[in-house]
Amino acid sequence: MEGRINIPVGDWIETAVDWILDNLEPALDGIAWFLGLLTNSFEGALLAIPAWLLVLILVGLSWWRVSWRFGIFAIVALGLILGMDLWEPTIKTLSLVLAATAVALAIGMPVGVAMARSDWVEASIRPVLDLMQTMPPFVYLIPAAIFFGLGTVPGAIATVVFCMPPVVRLTNLGIRQVNREQIEAGLAFGCNRRQLLTKIQLPLAMPSIMAGINQTIMLALSMVVIASMIGAGGLGNTVLTGIQRLDVGLGFEGGLGVVILAILLDRITQSVGLRRKASG
Amino acid sequence: MDPIIRVRELYKVFGPNPQEGLRLIEDGLDKDTIFERTGNTVGVKDCNLDIAEGEIFVVMGLSGSGKSTLVRLLNRLIEPTAGTVEVRGRDVTRMSQRELIRLRSEDLAMVFQSFALMPHKTVIDNAALGLEIAGVGRARRRERALEALDQVGLKAHARSYPDELSGGMQQRVGLARALATDPSIMLMDEAFSALDPLIRTEMQDRLLDLQREHRRTVVFISHDLDEAIRIGDRIAIMQGGEVVQVGTPKEIILDPANEYVRSFFHGVDITQVFQARDIMDSETIPVLAADTTAGEARSRIARVPGNEAVIVDAAGRFQSVVQAKRLGELTVDRPASEVAVEVEPVGEDTPLANLPGRAAQAPVSIPVVDAEGQFRGLVTLQRLVEALDRSRNAAAANGDH
Repeated sequence: MEGRINIPVGDWIETAVDWILDNLEPALDGIAWFLGLLTNSFEGALLAIPAWLLVLILVGLSWWRVSWRFGIFAIVALGLILGMDLWEPTIKTLSLVLAATAVALAIGMPVGVAMARSDWVEASIRPVLDLMQTMPPFVYLIPAAIFFGLGTVPGAIATVVFCMPPVVRLTNLGIRQVNREQIEAGLAFGCNRRQLLTKIQLPLAMPSIMAGINQTIMLALSMVVIASMIGAGGLGNTVLTGIQRLDVGLGFEGGLGVVILAILLDRITQSVGLRRKASG
Repeated sequence: MDPIIRVRELYKVFGPNPQEGLRLIEDGLDKDTIFERTGNTVGVKDCNLDIAEGEIFVVMGLSGSGKSTLVRLLNRLIEPTAGTVEVRGRDVTRMSQRELIRLRSEDLAMVFQSFALMPHKTVIDNAALGLEIAGVGRARRRERALEALDQVGLKAHARSYPDELSGGMQQRVGLARALATDPSIMLMDEAFSALDPLIRTEMQDRLLDLQREHRRTVVFISHDLDEAIRIGDRIAIMQGGEVVQVGTPKEIILDPANEYVRSFFHGVDITQVFQARDIMDSETIPVLAADTTAGEARSRIARVPGNEAVIVDAAGRFQSVVQAKRLGELTVDRPASEVAVEVEPVGEDTPLANLPGRAAQAPVSIPVVDAEGQFRGLVTLQRLVEALDRSRNAAAANGDH
């Protein structure tokens, strides 16, 4: 159609992607190597532990940190996963989640701190976070697959990008919400900038940061399932196979595994933020 | 003696363009006009203070009078717009960040209205915060924090968390945190204002006790006149960012600089401010040795305006009061002490409010002694009535507003 306005945003993005492919290959390789190492070590370590021992650890953790009722839930739920013969994909998913979360926290928390310290940084990072959160997660799969091929690594990369915003936001928010007199107390007793951060701001922002970490883990889990479309494997793969074969049963089993993992991760990480009071 | 804190021509203007605000102040515009024209708020204006070592200096004013800003200018939590603050002769406003941090951690501790404790730390670790920041080792700082907690009576709660304590106890932790670094100056910003009245009085007493044990310079911000009178050696009154009057509680009550200052005294019981030493006659009373004869006593009394003398022992300690009319019952060579009246003396710091009760008990004037029992003066009935009348008038005049 003649005269129709067509801003070629898509073309620009493609050009940018080509440029990155041509010029930043060593960096991409480095990232791929590192993430691959991280996920494989988590997976290797978790699979090296006998299933019964890992179940015991998770149940113990649930019992101790959450409640005895939750401990019993953990026994039943993990037993179900073993019974459905989904142990290996579950561990794969869990290691992907852990690796992606670790990277997201390592990048996200310093960014959150930088945002809290400077209004200018906050104003410039905020729209990026908005973009990261509202972009349909499938969109991340395409460049990830282009840069890193198919497999676990691009899945982890897409997951890192998708799950990072909550911890950045809540680190920023938590630090900004620290009471003014508590900041003044730190300064009045002679804190320098670093001490103010480590001794006053971060500890006081910890409940908020923990909420951010919890949200990041949850988002990572949901993304890891989607990332199976580019070959990330794990429970998402089980679900995907179910869809491809129109096998309701298999899809539902995979889905149930994801739900169980989500509940366990959510409740256990939430409990970490709470202080355990000494009795009496 | 040089003041420990010397403030000269100190200004703080908040807002988009403080220097312009400063210029307008110099042009003589008032706070509200400056805010309307430029959006700048005058926090502190032309403040000059000398705070002596070891005194409790209370800065009083309504909210918005700039008193909290002033105290934060002293340790530069707020950067001044102009002027100087000297602590022991060193200008705080020109210090490098490094020097400033050193000054804060070694010399200037602060206590906050909202306590500002760290909820995730135990009481002992809260008290040790200043030492932790200064890099003191864990064992050493816990030891010193425990000493500080002991001073405020909280040693038993060292392992508790702040939210397990009452407000008064939490502020004692705040006080211990300040004491733990052994500062020579303590800045207390409305430190007791969030506490209920009974606890507040208890905390004031505790502060005074601490001062008796180890005198520190205390700059105490308050909006409560009773508190200022109770603990303050001197009071500065702030209005609209300016210090309008500085003086001892008595000076300010007897001679308020303006209506604003006077309005603070509305409903304040002035008889609590004045003490026996303020109204006693310490100059004209004849002081006699125990073996003085009636004749000599009569002639000594005849030379002064009053009609009483006191008898003291060899060490100068008060014994009894003799009245001229009773001496007439004796022959001149008898000892005057035979007709002397033995009454219980009062201390120099007995409040005026307690004296009428004493006057009613004895037929003679009230003798005043110091802590060692040395005679200091007599409160005659006439002086007592005059003082009561004056303070009642002052209260009435202040109460009119």
